[in-house]
Amino acid sequence: MAIVAFFIFVAFVLGLSFYLGSRTKTSSGYYAAGGQIHWSVNGVAFAGDYLSAASFLGICGMIATFGYDGFLYSIGFLAGWIVALFVVAEPMKRLGKYTFTDAVDAKFNSRGIKLAAAISTLVVSICYLIPQMVGAGVLVEPLLGMAHHWGVIMVGAIVIIIVATAGMASTTWVQFIKGAMLIVFSTVLVVAICVRGFSTKPDQGGQVPFHEYATLEAREVEGRLAVTEPGWEVVETQEVRAADAAFAKLSREGRVTWWLIRRDGDRITLDETESIIVLSNGTKLINGASESPTNTLRQVGNLERLRGDPDPASHRISPIELLAGMSDKETLVKRWSEASFTDREGARATVYFPTVTAGNVLMRPGLKFKVQGTPLEKLDFVSLMLALFLGTAALPHILIRYYTVPSPAAARKSTIVAIVAIGFFYILTLFMGLGAMINGVMNPADGNMAAPLLARSFNSLLFAIISAIAFSTVLGTVSGLIVAASGAVAHDFCDRFLGARMDDRQKIRAGKLSAFAVGTLAIVLGIAFKGMNISFLVGLAFAVAASANLPAILMLLFWRKTTARGITASIITGVVLSLGLIFFSPDMYKQFGLDPTTAPIPFNNPGLVSIPTSFVVLVVVSLLTQKGSTRVAGAPT
Amino acid sequence: MLHEPAGQSGPDPAAAYKARLGIWMFLLYCVVYAGFVVINLARPVLMERIVVAGLNLAVVYGMGLILFAVVLAFIYDWACRRREAAPSDTLGKGGRG
Repeated sequence: MAIVAFFIFVAFVLGLSFYLGSRTKTSSGYYAAGGQIHWSVNGVAFAGDYLSAASFLGICGMIATFGYDGFLYSIGFLAGWIVALFVVAEPMKRLGKYTFTDAVDAKFNSRGIKLAAAISTLVVSICYLIPQMVGAGVLVEPLLGMAHHWGVIMVGAIVIIIVATAGMASTTWVQFIKGAMLIVFSTVLVVAICVRGFSTKPDQGGQVPFHEYATLEAREVEGRLAVTEPGWEVVETQEVRAADAAFAKLSREGRVTWWLIRRDGDRITLDETESIIVLSNGTKLINGASESPTNTLRQVGNLERLRGDPDPASHRISPIELLAGMSDKETLVKRWSEASFTDREGARATVYFPTVTAGNVLMRPGLKFKVQGTPLEKLDFVSLMLALFLGTAALPHILIRYYTVPSPAAARKSTIVAIVAIGFFYILTLFMGLGAMINGVMNPADGNMAAPLLARSFNSLLFAIISAIAFSTVLGTVSGLIVAASGAVAHDFCDRFLGARMDDRQKIRAGKLSAFAVGTLAIVLGIAFKGMNISFLVGLAFAVAASANLPAILMLLFWRKTTARGITASIITGVVLSLGLIFFSPDMYKQFGLDPTTAPIPFNNPGLVSIPTSFVVLVVVSLLTQKGSTRVAGAPT
Repeated sequence: MLHEPAGQSGPDPAAAYKARLGIWMFLLYCVVYAGFVVINLARPVLMERIVVAGLNLAVVYGMGLILFAVVLAFIYDWACRRREAAPSDTLGKGGRG
């Protein structure tokens, strides 16, 4: 059913794209939908553009994995719209024509700004495209039974067709439909969570029996671990510092499994885990047996106690009761973490092990972002919150949507519609994430599938709809990003920087060819970055956007001494510095297969360094180049 | 389909007023947002405190930030529309009224 729903949606949007494509005859139509979109439609399309795979899959997954820390993304992503509304919306509409570059260059007509802004648009769009394409692959694997890379290729191809047929016109309508569907059906999902209520033994409405994980008593005999219960043999033990955990490899009746070692004073217990073992000959074992359609990782995540009660009565609850119950200090939730290592026989082991967390700790920041950690860890948190706040108003694919409406007032009104729609959705993410956390639906190997798997625990129709929406989420956002990136290449670089004299038809053709090239690149990167958390990757894209673009926008609007060279230097500094800090950060080292503790940059979020630096560079270079400053006659000041 | 004709926007007498109001509202939101970040850094355990209906400060403040953004957006739009609707001769130089 999910497959049918998906293909119906794809057929519909492709049909719409071809219809609108037949009516798109001008470059204004291709890049800005002719500037004729009504503000209310544009507002919902804003929501469709902005509520990407990161919002739907990534945030829900992160809340389901780390609790409140995931909700920080919701708070920061929404706060960014305040900057967009109060500072950027109307001036950007007044200054620009098709792209972010048009706006920042409106006062100067500078080749340097054109080149730097085009590069920045391209870099930010690609940084943002990677997590969307990763999300596409994540969805396709369980839904269509395809490998990750085929999902990425399929979504990439569909989006290239959408963009290449009608540009911003088709993109707007895909985003409008997706934005509306996402909000409506996320509400349905939250209602379903509340109707189901709490349970310490979630069985997905009777579909999947609840699995009780075993615990064994153990002791140390002459420095070696031994299981008290007969029949178990300890083969080896492993300590994994990165996960702050130790594991024992046990053998019983020929089956080998990994157990988490817990020490409480003199008492030692072993907790059952789930594991994926890849033997040196390539054979893959799941929980000690060969991988097969019937032997896969079990879905996990449940309440251990609700307000101290190990077996609470299951009944309908209100949204407030859900949050209050989860926040109680006597509520205990079993979450799952991951550790990877190589065992003594050379097999690559990935072990998923349980951690019980109290509600009061779960429902405040701290499990992912170490707000009680070292000063550097605290700065990492500040850096993330800063980048999320300042990044939204600097995202090129969001900025170009201001050119699809007829007036600055319409730009403002559409931003307000977007804030209402997006704010409502972000409130829903907390309920969806917590629902996934306690309903035994989590795939321990991939948190990104939390929302669709939660929907499947209710019924297959809801799963089909939510999965189709998740696909449309990827399609809508990727379409917007490819329009922005193709505009940077064709309009900003070829037309305005190189001065290629193109007629309207040639401009459209250049945009379509650029869309094809950017889409192909996005496919390659989406395959390369498989497995990374989508929200985390989007957070990095925000940091690049906030560092490269926002100082230029704000200083252009509010500082009269801003010069073209100052803007150019600021944009280049922002791009290079933020990307450099990201590439040498611990999380990227982990992605490259290197030891994260050896990363030269000790934090993951670059915003706190790169955003102020970009501002300082703009001010210093502008002050040094006052005499050389040239403004276009009659340009607004 | 609800669409308006595209048009070049002319001079906006209310532009300066809207820009000034926008900056003040932006700064107001910045203060409230910064308060959230500072509490998390300085007194993270305070976020556990139950403040209303069994909800802790983290949930109330976090959702409050989202709702506050919506409320400010409506106030801003109302003030802008009011100023845009005012006859231009009642606005001072640059719309400073």
